[in-house]
Amino acid sequence: MSEDFNVEIVSPEKSLLKEKSNSIILPAYEGEMTILSNHIPLITFLKPGIIKVSGNSEKKYFVEDGTVEFSNNNLTILSSTIVDLKDLSKNKISEMIENTKNQLKEENLDDKKRYIFSHKLDCLSGINQ
Amino acid sequence: MPSLDDLRKRIASVKSTQKITKAMKMVAAAKLRKAQEMAEKGRPYSDKMNLIIQNLSKAINDPMNAPKLLVGTGQDKSHLCVVMTADRGLCGGFNTNIVKQAKKYFNKVLKDSKKLKIITVGTKGLDQLKRDYGKYIIKKINFKDKKKLTFKDAELIGNEIVKLFKDNEFDKCVIFFNKFKNVMTQIPQSQQVIPAKQENKEKEDENSSYEFEPEEDEILEDLLPKNISTQIYKGFLENSASEQGSRMTAMDNATRNAGDLVDKLTINYNRSRQAAITKELIEIISGAESL
Repeated sequence: MSEDFNVEIVSPEKSLLKEKSNSIILPAYEGEMTILSNHIPLITFLKPGIIKVSGNSEKKYFVEDGTVEFSNNNLTILSSTIVDLKDLSKNKISEMIENTKNQLKEENLDDKKRYIFSHKLDCLSGINQ
Repeated sequence: MPSLDDLRKRIASVKSTQKITKAMKMVAAAKLRKAQEMAEKGRPYSDKMNLIIQNLSKAINDPMNAPKLLVGTGQDKSHLCVVMTADRGLCGGFNTNIVKQAKKYFNKVLKDSKKLKIITVGTKGLDQLKRDYGKYIIKKINFKDKKKLTFKDAELIGNEIVKLFKDNEFDKCVIFFNKFKNVMTQIPQSQQVIPAKQENKEKEDENSSYEFEPEEDEILEDLLPKNISTQIYKGFLENSASEQGSRMTAMDNATRNAGDLVDKLTINYNRSRQAAITKELIEIISGAESL
């Protein structure tokens, strides 16, 4: 298909994914965005959420943060906190929810962090349903 | 001529040394595989990160207001060198090679009468640099009690460097580490991390203007310190793979040398034993003959 573009997902430990895809949904910093081929060059941050890669098969990843670059039909996702959704067990998610709740309770949290944490909480509880 | 007893003792001692070097080689080989895998898997991340930064720096059209971490302070007066070495010895020329490379750079900096500041990571590098460059060392970091280095540790150093930079302590930052090529070869490398922008002679024909979300400045502010930590983490990974590889080759050589030595000593031992027997026989025979 001519509508495909290259996707690469890299974490500091390893390269998670390298394949062609036709559409990707990203939890970008200022809202979700879908990237199709021939998107204009783009650099953005990620907030906690789920990356959906649709190609031959659909894959989902959970991220907490990361950087995305798109240029010349090459999409690169860099994230140190990325995990395949299949590898996340319910217990693990509950644990993460607890941790985030505790972090949210902390005093003198700046708005940006508060926003990120509460978003992470929403997202995690969304998965766990 | 050493006595038979001395020879026997020497053979025994060389043999036990050989056992140690052999064990060290095996341990290094096992660790190497893991470290190598990590180093190789970690490469794309840091390379991509660097690429994004380079692309970003191309897109900046107002260098005056760009973050200092990217374009530098505009001065070139003092240099910060981060020398990354191992915490343990017995790994061939591993530490010496990094230090040699670093020293070359130091001398160049000092010759141009610029200020030099050194941060050592790992104790072995510190030991070698202490004597000649002791007064330039501003910080010593080691992870001797840590088994495995994580991204957090790299971040620690990265933040330290960024803090120093914000305090205007230096204009340029270079890190030194060994790049792992294969088990036999490790290449000592120097990499400039601040300013992140590299002087590219190539023509930038493709004028890619990026869309940024959030704003360009915000992205850069967050990405640049991260990039430093990433580059340092890469240094860690490359270094640990190189260290194990280097140790493995060194210990392999040591084991082989010990084997050669044992062979030589055994021949010596057998010869002198034979000589002693022959001497005794001659004495007996000549004694019997004189009767």
